[in-house]
Amino acid sequence: MGRYVIRRMLFAIPTLVVISLIIFAILDLAPGDPTSQLPLTLPAEIREQIRESLGINDPFLIKWVKWMRLMFINEPLNAIENIFNVCIGECEGRARIISWSSRAPAIDVIMQRIPQTLWVLGLAFVIGTLIAIPVGIISAYKQYSAFDNVGTLFSTIGFSVPTFFTGLLAIVIFSVTLDWFPSFYDTTLVVNSWETLVRQVKQMIMPVAVLSLFNAAALSRFTRASMLDNLNEDYVRTARSKGVSERKVVMTHVLRNSLIPVVTLLALQIPGIFGGAIITEQIFRINGLGQLLIVAIGQSDVPMVQTLTFIFAVLIVVFNLVADVTYGFLDPRIRYD
Amino acid sequence: MATTQERIGEQAQAPIKEAGERYRSLRSDVWRQFKRHKGAMVGLVILGIVVIATILGPILYPLDPYAIDTAIANQTPSWDHPMGTDNLGRDVMARILVGGRISLAVGFTAMLFGLVLGTAIGILSGFFKKLDSPLMRFTDLFLALPILPLLLVVIMLFRESLKNAFGEEMGIFLLVVFIIGATSWMQTSRVVRGEVLAIKEEEFVVAAHSIGTRKRNVVMRHILPNVLSPVMVSGALGVAAAILTESALSFLGLGFPASFPTWGRLLFDAKDYLQLNPMRVIWPGIMISATVMSVNFIGDGIRDALDPKLRSR
Repeated sequence: MGRYVIRRMLFAIPTLVVISLIIFAILDLAPGDPTSQLPLTLPAEIREQIRESLGINDPFLIKWVKWMRLMFINEPLNAIENIFNVCIGECEGRARIISWSSRAPAIDVIMQRIPQTLWVLGLAFVIGTLIAIPVGIISAYKQYSAFDNVGTLFSTIGFSVPTFFTGLLAIVIFSVTLDWFPSFYDTTLVVNSWETLVRQVKQMIMPVAVLSLFNAAALSRFTRASMLDNLNEDYVRTARSKGVSERKVVMTHVLRNSLIPVVTLLALQIPGIFGGAIITEQIFRINGLGQLLIVAIGQSDVPMVQTLTFIFAVLIVVFNLVADVTYGFLDPRIRYD
Repeated sequence: MATTQERIGEQAQAPIKEAGERYRSLRSDVWRQFKRHKGAMVGLVILGIVVIATILGPILYPLDPYAIDTAIANQTPSWDHPMGTDNLGRDVMARILVGGRISLAVGFTAMLFGLVLGTAIGILSGFFKKLDSPLMRFTDLFLALPILPLLLVVIMLFRESLKNAFGEEMGIFLLVVFIIGATSWMQTSRVVRGEVLAIKEEEFVVAAHSIGTRKRNVVMRHILPNVLSPVMVSGALGVAAAILTESALSFLGLGFPASFPTWGRLLFDAKDYLQLNPMRVIWPGIMISATVMSVNFIGDGIRDALDPKLRSR
């Protein structure tokens, strides 16, 4: 197991390098020019100097290697320094990945946006899971009952109806017609009193509800299928025949075994949730990571788009690894070597 | 011996005796099982209605989807305009019908492209041992790419050049179809590879090899027909996913241009008029959801119908 984990981790490195090369290559073809937003009165030679200072005219591979050094050496060093408050080497003048539009280090801008995204998406993920697993268990245990049929219908609707429709529908019903909740998310709100807490909860209800129902839909089906696979196993019959209470059979024996694939699916879903943030944040006007990406694409802010896309890729690779490792850890029958 | 022969004789005569019980082909069996799946039948009917409406609708429906008349802007549904009008006074229903053509065309073409790519890669990597490892690494790599951000970036970058090469509509159509197809083949290729690995060891394939059948013919005649069932299921799910992706791209304002309505684009345009005309959001949303849901149900039905364990009952 230990060797397997190490091998997988070593394999993740070339994968990430190739992904970064692909992202870099796609963006390098960008016709967008960061100086196009500057005033037209700017003389051509100064424009050229600005381009030179941004390093746009370097050959492709040089740019890539430079970016790799910033991403893999300078940025992690900087993060370590900030966390432990120490200085390693030349900590003052170290080069960072600079956003073309905001002129601030890209990672710093991203760090400012992470809390909004994480709050809404993380809460939706947790609530979705908490709804999906009990629903899946009951649906499987009472297969073809009214509860199961209604659950199947709702989950099919749940993952067929896109969040950009349910979100708008929620806005039409709850903020336009009923005027219960605000239709956009106010990130400047500081929670310091009961009143602001109520406002914060109010503005979070709709995005969290829409996303968690979407997450719950697929997950509850998956839990149900996994439970059904296990309910007909021999060990369940054995447990029943030796007089174990029904509750214990289902909740301990069957559930534990059924949750193994569910846990892996959860790990695999996490990067997808960050991708979904792009759409959800657009609906509810949350200024998180997804919104940052859309704006950066619109402004041809190449370093920002590169960094964000690469972070999404890292999330996918890391959580794939986590899924594989937890699977092997939870299920002793899986042998990797 | 005699009894066995008699029994064989009886069996051979049985179909003739019971005139009602005719020979059952695989196809009719699959269809019978498919018909038992209520959701799939409802889905088939709904999808049929949507397809016919979008093909015939713009011909039969009298109003012009592009005619601007600001005097009747933002109207609620009425007899003249069953789905109301938009902010420029264009009839929403006419736009929904025209938009459906593009959404469905994108869904089916992108699915076909992804399916062909996925099946080809799956068969190659399952059948040829040498290609297996590199092709599967390639698949893993694609699975690790952050698809939605990359789609957005690619559309942003190549939109202009394709617009110049193929014209506004065709350029964007090709781009959207190509990138959705090129980023949705991975699951198909994995499933197909697994099936091919199992079928490759079957006796009929070994027999085909032993009589000197060419590799190409083994693949085309013996292996491909046997992997068609998982391919069909992923095809159905692929249509749903492609329609959703196209709508999502249009919803982010990065899909088709405003002059070229797709359901996602209509939703995107409607969201800025939520206060003024909330009904405008409902129609394209319902169309996307109904189509995707019916395609998903059909996929479920195909999966059940092709499962021999369920069919024999």
